[in-house]
Amino acid sequence: MALKMVKGSIDRMFDKNLQDLVRGIRNHKEDEAKYISQCIDEIKQELKQDNIAVKANAVCKLTYLQMLGYDISWAAFNIIEVMSASKFTFKRIGYLAASQCFHEGTDVIMLTTNQIRKDLSSPNQYDTGVALTGLSCFVTPDLARDLANDIMTLMSHTKPYIRKKAVLIMYKVFLKYPESLRPAFPRLKEKLEDPDPGVQSAAVNVICELARRNPKNYLSLAPLFFKLMTSSTNNWVLIKIIKLFGALTPLEPRLGKKLIEPLTNLIHSTSAMSLLYECVNTVIAVLISLSSGMPNHSASIQLCVQKLRILIEDSDQNLKYLGLLAMSKILKTHPKSVQSHKDLILQCLDDKDESIRLRALDLLYGMVSKKNLMEIVKKLMIHVDKAEGTTYRDELLTKIIDICSQSNYQYITNFEWYISILVELTRLEGTRHGHLIAAQMLDVAIRVKAIRKFAVSQMAMLLDNAHLLASNTQRNGICEVLYAAAWICGEFSEHLEEANQTLEAMLRPKVTTLPGHIQAVYVQNMVKLYASILQQKEQAGEKEAAQEITQLMIERLPQFVQSADLEVQERASCILQLIKYIQKLQVKEVPVAEEVIALFAGELNPVAPKAQKKVPVPEGLDLDAWINEPPSDSESEDEKPKTIFHEEEQRHSRHRQPEIDEEELARRREARKQEQANNPFYIKSSPSPQKRYQDTPGVEHIPVVQIDLSVPLKVPGMPMSDQYVKLEEERRHKQKLEKDKKKKKQKKEKRGKHHRHNSLHTESEEDIAPAHHVDIITEEMPENALPSDEDDKDPNDPYKALDIDLDKPLADSEKLPVQRHRNVETLKSPDSEVPLVEKKSKKPKKKEKKHKDKERDKGKKKEKEKKVVEEEEEEEKKGEDLDFWLSTAPPAAPTPQPQSEPAMGTAVVAESQEVKKEEREEQDEEEEDEGKKSSKHKKKKHKKEKEEKSKDKKKSKKKSHHSEEEPPESVQNGTLEDEPLPPMSSYRLLAENPYIKMTYDIQGNLQNDSKVTVSVIFENKSTSFLKSMELNVLDSLNTKMLRPEGSSVHDGIPVPFQLPPGISNEAQFVFTLQSIVMAQKLKGTLSFIVKNDEGSTHEKLDFKLHFSCASYLITTPCYSDAFAKLLESGDLHMSSIKVDGINISFQHLLAKICFHHHFSVVERVDSCASMYSRSIQGHHVCLLVKKGENSVSIDGKCNDSTLLSNLLDEMKETLSKC
Amino acid sequence: MPRVTRGRHRDWPVTRSRGLTAPLGSRDSGGRGCHAMGGTCIHGCPPTVSSWQAEEVQQQIIRDTFHLVLKRDDHICNFLECGSLFGGSDYKLIYRHYATLYFVFCVDSSESELGILDLIQVFVETLDKCFENVCELDLIFHMDKVHHILQEMVIGGMVLETNMNEIVAQVEAQGKLEKAEGGLSAAPSRAVSAVKNINLPEIPRNINIGDINIKVPNLSQFM
Repeated sequence: MALKMVKGSIDRMFDKNLQDLVRGIRNHKEDEAKYISQCIDEIKQELKQDNIAVKANAVCKLTYLQMLGYDISWAAFNIIEVMSASKFTFKRIGYLAASQCFHEGTDVIMLTTNQIRKDLSSPNQYDTGVALTGLSCFVTPDLARDLANDIMTLMSHTKPYIRKKAVLIMYKVFLKYPESLRPAFPRLKEKLEDPDPGVQSAAVNVICELARRNPKNYLSLAPLFFKLMTSSTNNWVLIKIIKLFGALTPLEPRLGKKLIEPLTNLIHSTSAMSLLYECVNTVIAVLISLSSGMPNHSASIQLCVQKLRILIEDSDQNLKYLGLLAMSKILKTHPKSVQSHKDLILQCLDDKDESIRLRALDLLYGMVSKKNLMEIVKKLMIHVDKAEGTTYRDELLTKIIDICSQSNYQYITNFEWYISILVELTRLEGTRHGHLIAAQMLDVAIRVKAIRKFAVSQMAMLLDNAHLLASNTQRNGICEVLYAAAWICGEFSEHLEEANQTLEAMLRPKVTTLPGHIQAVYVQNMVKLYASILQQKEQAGEKEAAQEITQLMIERLPQFVQSADLEVQERASCILQLIKYIQKLQVKEVPVAEEVIALFAGELNPVAPKAQKKVPVPEGLDLDAWINEPPSDSESEDEKPKTIFHEEEQRHSRHRQPEIDEEELARRREARKQEQANNPFYIKSSPSPQKRYQDTPGVEHIPVVQIDLSVPLKVPGMPMSDQYVKLEEERRHKQKLEKDKKKKKQKKEKRGKHHRHNSLHTESEEDIAPAHHVDIITEEMPENALPSDEDDKDPNDPYKALDIDLDKPLADSEKLPVQRHRNVETLKSPDSEVPLVEKKSKKPKKKEKKHKDKERDKGKKKEKEKKVVEEEEEEEKKGEDLDFWLSTAPPAAPTPQPQSEPAMGTAVVAESQEVKKEEREEQDEEEEDEGKKSSKHKKKKHKKEKEEKSKDKKKSKKKSHHSEEEPPESVQNGTLEDEPLPPMSSYRLLAENPYIKMTYDIQGNLQNDSKVTVSVIFENKSTSFLKSMELNVLDSLNTKMLRPEGSSVHDGIPVPFQLPPGISNEAQFVFTLQSIVMAQKLKGTLSFIVKNDEGSTHEKLDFKLHFSCASYLITTPCYSDAFAKLLESGDLHMSSIKVDGINISFQHLLAKICFHHHFSVVERVDSCASMYSRSIQGHHVCLLVKKGENSVSIDGKCNDSTLLSNLLDEMKETLSKC
Repeated sequence: MPRVTRGRHRDWPVTRSRGLTAPLGSRDSGGRGCHAMGGTCIHGCPPTVSSWQAEEVQQQIIRDTFHLVLKRDDHICNFLECGSLFGGSDYKLIYRHYATLYFVFCVDSSESELGILDLIQVFVETLDKCFENVCELDLIFHMDKVHHILQEMVIGGMVLETNMNEIVAQVEAQGKLEKAEGGLSAAPSRAVSAVKNINLPEIPRNINIGDINIKVPNLSQFM
């Protein structure tokens, strides 16, 4: 053994530590990967050793490698081993590694629950600290559920260091386990007034984070936060609170009014820029929530804008950036106050910092008007040309499109200008946003009928110059534009002047290099084009020309038939056949044009994106019901190949939506026309859409004619949008003159059909009439659409689950899951429960009441309320409180309380019995010796330690399932579904007399190899009050009770609580021991004073404390390969027992061994299982349990033969009781 | 999954972007000398990153972040919108640049931008105190310590403590505790590192004393 140790430490000498690893990696730059894989091999070797220091070192190195991007999930179990080491040094390494690599999918994470619980209740605050820190990174819903109560207890820890961490972690717990929010919230709220500023700040942090997601539930906290805001000097806290108010004000305008004054004071007084900035931000939020127009508010806006201007003009780029950011918020509601700073913002567009330019762009978005749109876009186009990086250029491009298309093209007065801007944008090479431009082109061409002619001519030009756009096809996103161009030319081919030329352009061989979906559109639209040419020619009687064009199609189409793209190929061959047929007819001199054009007859109307969703489900239609019986499993396999096509289909369908299926479309068009004809609300389009603007007074369209002459449409590569700016100016000038003359007529021309918010415009904007009568077709909606915007919400929002009403009293069912001792429950006498519920239900109320009262005193000294009232009344008061508090602000129009007060008074407040009991005790204590805080803290500690207890059972069960690899469905939350286990308790009876009953349990502690903790539950069975309890034992040589320093071995230890009648509580005593191989018995006495009406008497109760060997064991998980190695090593002594007459199932048997003797199942095969445990002094104990018909045989192996035989004897005793 | 191929060497890794991330270093071979970068993500991860993600993705994010930050001049603002990088427009990179080091925090809109800049300053000053004149090599070789310090400031993506004295006190107390336990490597390793640092090539392969020929084992495998 000793030799092995020496050997181990020599090996260790040459293990690399983290620094060596880093150095090594730095020295192996050329073959880093090779070097690291070598290191990983070494680490694997190190992990196989027993020495925990070696393992910790290995895990430390792995953590580093993980950060370099290497997968270390294979070492998850080793990480857990290191986490459960007793030394802080190792523990910290383990938790760091875990926080790096554990995630919800890590299966071993469930093994950590008990370890974490133990660390959380460790006497060493730093053990608790690292556990909390680690937990914050890898908490899973299961962990959150199991540990919520422990963490909540830590929120009242004596050390602020732990308190603040626990408070923060609670947020993570809420996220993963939303049910915990309501039970934990009262305590969280208490922490807002914690004496330690760090804890207070943490609580503010968490509540702000919660409130940010679901502000309305936290409105009732406003008075408390207001108080904090006016009293706190911590800038961090102030910033958080002010941010929170920013989220709350939109819900409660009166709150905003109350805030304005202190906030403006802060703005004037603070020197911290960060605080100033947040104040300005919140003032803005307040102003947004208030109806503007009040004089004092415009002063506030001025103050904000003024401060922001100072920020923007500052040389510090950070301030400049933030100033712009805040400015954009003001812009939304008070555009005028920002628009006066347009110069400053345009100036920022030239800034060398991209972030600042982007912010300025955002601002521009809101600053455009009909008047300045062209000018601003012109500036942006200059920037587009200058921009070097593609990212910024792409950003500019999207911004230009956003600015122009915002609110349904509200600010565009001249769509020809817009189309030319879009065409100019196509010259951007390598942009990713070709599809955006394409979408805009399609949208404008479809929805603005008047522009179609112009659009078609531009698109024809694009198609003609396709080679410029598609130069390097594959990576070039701009070729998407051709998709739009081809479609527009095809669909609106009647506007094409030289259709032949365009058709030829589309049939060029070069087209086949375009992406498939574009080619498909090409093919489809050339037929449309062909059809319209055919018609033209036939009408003109040019039969030869008609046949020529057919011939051209037949010659060129085969290149598409050969396409590798299925879509293209299919369409092309279909169309080729069609045209061949047409050719036959043409030869016979049959007029075909009418029939061909009928294929594409009808008109497309835009449909609103949400239209489909808004169609209400007709009554009696169950969408979830099967139409046909679901196919059997065997069939589904056959269908697999189909789905492949299906997916592909879907990918394409996005692009070719407009022409899904000709016949179907035609049919639908007919149906729609029919429907529209019958629908009195449908505004029918005019029969000849192309010449729309001729309806309007003659002067209106003169400039348009000029454009046609002045803009050389056919010359590509020359910016023409600029010319529109000039033309537009002229036009406006003319218009103005014109308008002076017929001012009255003007009004008539405003068409109700325009989807524009004219009311928002300034007068000068209204004056600018669009260049041609623009006809924006509104999107179609189904007639019986439901007017709701619900569909904007994301159902997957993780924060939605936290949208919980916190003012409702806690219901019976709402409690944190607590690890419970079954016998503790039974200990309670049933009659003691009734008063408990009553008392408890009042308690949180009282506390809230206290807050409220304070608030009220602060807000305005007025009316003191009676202390305790009935629940219903109480709840009403709460609502009133906020109202009252807010009403001290200048009177405002009565606003409806946004908070819906839930129905009160029915819910009974009760928490889990455990919590109830503890709180009850606390309460008693508070009542009795008020001010003695120290005792209260002690109590908390005990509570915490107690919860550590009954974990073993659950853990062992989980473990057994894990290693058995049973199908997951049999495991639910770690418990068996099929066979419920009989209740088990590790608490054994210690002693009992008419006054008191004591039960106890002994727990080893991995952190210390010579200490065990004895938890004793004292239950007062009498009707008297028990106090001054003192526990004393006679120490043996081996086992001694740990007494406080300075006391002699004969002194007893006072039990740190008193017991009212019917109450039980738990105290813990630590014992030191030297050898653990044998069971021990210690004699002891409990002395206490019984106090009742007749007086007090001194009583004693003797007991014998039995330290079984099993109590020195600690449930330790073990992998089967490690287990096998252990057995092979040959260092272990062997012994076995056999017990007859066992009738319980094997499952129960294992559970019993796991629970009572602290073993874990390593592997189970049928009725045979291997189990493992470890003593606090590091002995390995391995068991092989076999079940015969009526008997059980257990073979054990252990480092120490005495320990083993003692353990087996104990086991025999347990089993013989079965 | 294929391993990421990396063109440049990285000394100082960032932890995952989930929850709290910690300093990461990176060395740029592109000529501007040695740069290191620290990254931390306040407020957990953006929606798309929140599910567990492969190390490869993390590395990609780190690399992208590094490139973004690196190409920025000193006199432009310290905020970077990087929605595309993290999959949510709510996220911002806030960084500070100290000589060859970049400290990058990724935060969402619930944090005050200027506040985070202050926090980074506190972090750096704390590092300086804990390492006594911190330099880049300290951070590279003592990643774990850097993490421990950061964990006293930010946990689970939320700011825990901003008072430097408090942070330093807690870090030192834990350091003491570790020392009392003998540390990870305890005494022998100091001797070992002395052995390791011997320049091996200078040790003669064979030692001849008279007739006795002692073959010196090849120790380089231990390096």
